[in-house]
Amino acid sequence: MTVLLVALGAAVGAPLRYVTGHVLDRDLPIGTLLVNVVGSFALGVLSALGLTGHTMALLGVGFCGGLTTYSSFAVQTSRLGARRGTTYVVLTLVLSLTACALGFATQA
Amino acid sequence: MSRPPLTPAHVAAVALGGALGASARWGLSDLVPDGLGFPWTTFAINVTGCLLLALLPALAVVRRHPVLPLFLGTGVLGGYTTLSTYCEEARALVADGSTGMAGAYVLGTLAAAMVAVEFAHRWSTPAAQQEFDDEEGDE
Repeated sequence: MTVLLVALGAAVGAPLRYVTGHVLDRDLPIGTLLVNVVGSFALGVLSALGLTGHTMALLGVGFCGGLTTYSSFAVQTSRLGARRGTTYVVLTLVLSLTACALGFATQA
Repeated sequence: MSRPPLTPAHVAAVALGGALGASARWGLSDLVPDGLGFPWTTFAINVTGCLLLALLPALAVVRRHPVLPLFLGTGVLGGYTTLSTYCEEARALVADGSTGMAGAYVLGTLAAAMVAVEFAHRWSTPAAQQEFDDEEGDE
C-alpha cells in the first residue's frame, strides 16, 4: 500500500520536473534548479508538520522526492564545466538548503 | 540543440519511470532506514543514481531511442535520487547540533556524486553525452 502512494506521488512530481526543465532549462538549468528549491521547501514544511505514514509517503517520499533530483543536478554540473558548474552547485545547494530550513520554520 | 517536443507519451514515460525509481528509493530506505547520524542510505542512493545516469549515454541503444533517455534518466533515476530528502536530512542534523556531520554529509555526497559522474563519463564520448542531453535524459 505504502509503495503505491510513493509511486503515485512521484508519478506527479517527476513529470512536473520534466515539464519545468523542458520549458526553463537553457544554458543554465534554471528549471531543474527551481524544482529542487521548491521541492526542498515543501519537504521542510511537511517535516515540520510531523507528517508520517501514508501522507508522508505520498507527499514527501513520492511527490517531493520525485520532483527533486540529485542525478540530473550532478550530470548538469559536470557538463557546465568548472566556472559555471561551481555557480550552479552553489546556487542549488544554498537555495535548496535555505528553502528547506525556511519551509520547516513556517510550521515551527 | 534539438529538444524533442513535449508530448503526452513523453510525460507518461517520465511519470512511469519516476514512480518506479521513487519506489526503489522507498524500498531501500525501508530495508536500511537512516536513523540518527550520517544518512548512509540516502547517500548511497544519490551516488549510485548519479553513477547510473552518467553511464546511460554509453549505451547506444538508450541514447538513440526516442523515449528511453527520458524514461530511464529523467524518470527512473530522477525519481530514484532526491535533493529534497538530502536537504531535510542536513537540516535535521544541524537542528540536532551535528553541524559538522551535516556539512560532511552535504559536501561528501556532492564530492562522491561528482567523482561517480566523471568516472562513468569515461565510457562515453562528449558527443554521446550531448546526444543524451538533447534527448532530455537529464532533467
